[in-house]
Amino acid sequence: MNWSEFFAMGGYALNVWGSYGMAALVLAFNVLAACRRVKSVRRELEETTRLNQAESE
Amino acid sequence: MLFHKYASPKVFYALAGQLIPWFAVATLILLGYGLYQGLFVAPPDYQQGESVRIMFIHVPAAWMSMFVYMVMASAGAIGLIWNMRLADMAATASAPIGASFTLLALVTGSLWGKPMWGTWWAWDARLTSELLLFFLYLGFMALQAAIDEPRRAARAGALLALVGMVNIPVIHFSVQWWNTLHQPASVSSINKIGTPAIHPSMLAPLLIMAVAFTVFFATVLLMRMRAEILHRERHTGWVAELVKP
Repeated sequence: MNWSEFFAMGGYALNVWGSYGMAALVLAFNVLAACRRVKSVRRELEETTRLNQAESE
Repeated sequence: MLFHKYASPKVFYALAGQLIPWFAVATLILLGYGLYQGLFVAPPDYQQGESVRIMFIHVPAAWMSMFVYMVMASAGAIGLIWNMRLADMAATASAPIGASFTLLALVTGSLWGKPMWGTWWAWDARLTSELLLFFLYLGFMALQAAIDEPRRAARAGALLALVGMVNIPVIHFSVQWWNTLHQPASVSSINKIGTPAIHPSMLAPLLIMAVAFTVFFATVLLMRMRAEILHRERHTGWVAELVKP
């Protein structure tokens, strides 16, 4: 089997690679969205601690 | 009690932080092995040709869409009955992950349906009930986002998730109860010679991908739960200690 035959997927290239591509997108989205949520919560926390410190000073 | 110890958000936060890298590595190994098996080792189908490889994404994604929903509804129920904050957070964190797997199942199903059935979409029982599942996830997220008070948001979400549980057996049995375009189960059904109606060379990548997706779900769930814990425990001493510069 050569590579161009492999990528052609017997004429179903768009459907097969579209599906695997979509899977890659969904997995990447999940990781990125989770990281963004962690970051935004951290930022929010740092903000409140800074405010609290400014108040107590 | 051990269970109660790990159910404390503070202890769980630290435990999850230790588990995430291991789960991430396991996901990568399983995904790599599953993709190799599915794209290179498994043979083309005698009827469907190479398009059958969509199955190794589509079927695990569809299984996950239902499994994550059951996790979400169970966590919601535990939070509702025993007033357990960590369970509420698990339900909230599950929803976007489950919705994304449902979308993946719908899109790959469409990409597979076009060459095999001649249509991207049909309003048949399996497809329609899976679409309803997607809307249940979106409804759960919208409902929780609309309520500011965390306890009330968790309660409302859990009730919605539990009512929506009715849809899970409907999805599963839809191919038996109604005359659908969608094919019936091959993995759980046994053929005339007493083996699963799917060949081991195709069953192996299918199961490996399903395990890979499950471990991936666990990884992202723990990441999201850690964020939820920090957010909801932000007024406690231990969180203040944690973010202290």
